[in-house]
Amino acid sequence: MPKITYIEHNGKIHSIEVANGLTVMEGAVQNNIPGIDADCGGSMACATCHVYVKEEWFNKLPKKEDGEEDMLDMAFEPKKNSRLSCQLMVSDQLDGLVVNLPEKQV
Amino acid sequence: MIKTDALIIGAGPTGLFTAHQLKLIGLNCEVVDNLDKIGGQCIELYPDKPIYDIPAVPECTGEELTNNLINQLKPFDIKFHLSERVEEVKKNNENWQVKTNKGTEFSTPNIIIAGGVGSFEPRKFSPKDCEKFENKSIFYSIKDKSVFKGKTVSIFGGGDSALDWAIELSKDSKVNLIHRRDEFRGAQATVDKMNDLAKNEKINLFTKYQLKKANGQDNLESIDIEHDNKDVKNLKTDYVLGFFGLIMQLGPIANWGLNIDKKTINVDTEKFETNQKGIYAVGDICTYPGKLKLILSGFHEGALAARACFKLARPNEKYKFEFTTSSKSIKDRLGIKE
Repeated sequence: MPKITYIEHNGKIHSIEVANGLTVMEGAVQNNIPGIDADCGGSMACATCHVYVKEEWFNKLPKKEDGEEDMLDMAFEPKKNSRLSCQLMVSDQLDGLVVNLPEKQV
Repeated sequence: MIKTDALIIGAGPTGLFTAHQLKLIGLNCEVVDNLDKIGGQCIELYPDKPIYDIPAVPECTGEELTNNLINQLKPFDIKFHLSERVEEVKKNNENWQVKTNKGTEFSTPNIIIAGGVGSFEPRKFSPKDCEKFENKSIFYSIKDKSVFKGKTVSIFGGGDSALDWAIELSKDSKVNLIHRRDEFRGAQATVDKMNDLAKNEKINLFTKYQLKKANGQDNLESIDIEHDNKDVKNLKTDYVLGFFGLIMQLGPIANWGLNIDKKTINVDTEKFETNQKGIYAVGDICTYPGKLKLILSGFHEGALAARACFKLARPNEKYKFEFTTSSKSIKDRLGIKE
């Protein structure tokens, strides 16, 4: 299974295997990784699963769909490398992905 | 003090159908919601998004679902207390005493929490020094626009609220509009109008900037905004407005002595009652083994919680199960003449 690494804002690292077909958000929620709230459950309606994607990975990810950038306007401290983790589908191509979590989601 | 058989907190789809179930079995109820309109997440987050898994409704939007639920409540007289948030819940003998932030008080044997993921609150600025200016010179909504007359107002956001207010206030105020990217998600006509005003220097537009710091001792004097490339600008300003949409916060519910697990409330699956007798939780806010966060689950949970309310609201009567197709008393309540 692809390995995804989540780095909490305090630096704590969680490297876990996430099944293909789940989203990076679901991988975090199912493994009780703190820092991803996902209030709306993945319908791209809340911006509380916001992550920063490591530079080298950012350009390899599928492009943002309509609406994701709009939701990121509302995220806590969005940056150039911000994504909503509910929109990142785990696949073999994402094996090794590293995401940093913001200080908070709201 | 309003006396009612049951108080529903939350006017989303689950709260609305729960109200229907209560009225159908002959109980009265009132509904409180922090939003200024009925519909909850369906209206606030996805009014135009189609939903495909409501039983017997192949496809409908959040707004259509809400309107249908409101229609279904038409035979009944139900009081909605909108733009009010329940703050306090206290036990007084057999009843719960409930108080909202606007001072409305209820006395009821049953409280049904249908609060979704909590109440909607405006998303705020992240720099910590913004807090001390909140509601003095930093606002997240506008109640009286006359205070801005002749002043400098810095507006943050890229949606319709930010654009509409930038355009409106530019008539009588000096307006800075600041947004984190150079695309705006507001309606095209509004974006065009704002761009015209910016060209004519009626609005000072700063894109790819975000708020970094709010400066001033007792009164706000200026703000620092930072560009994507780390360039920092200082803007003199009297007021700051932030329009970043709404977030959901559990809020005061966390203080009512309920068993809470990750922003959800533990309930049983017979009555959907919490650890407090007479307080139920239904819809997205409740959890139990196997819980599915679907609207249809909320309908089931509300129907059962409503029956549980009967016992506490009518201790001397026995609840009798009836079908809407055949019950005379239900038809009377619905106002259907045979």
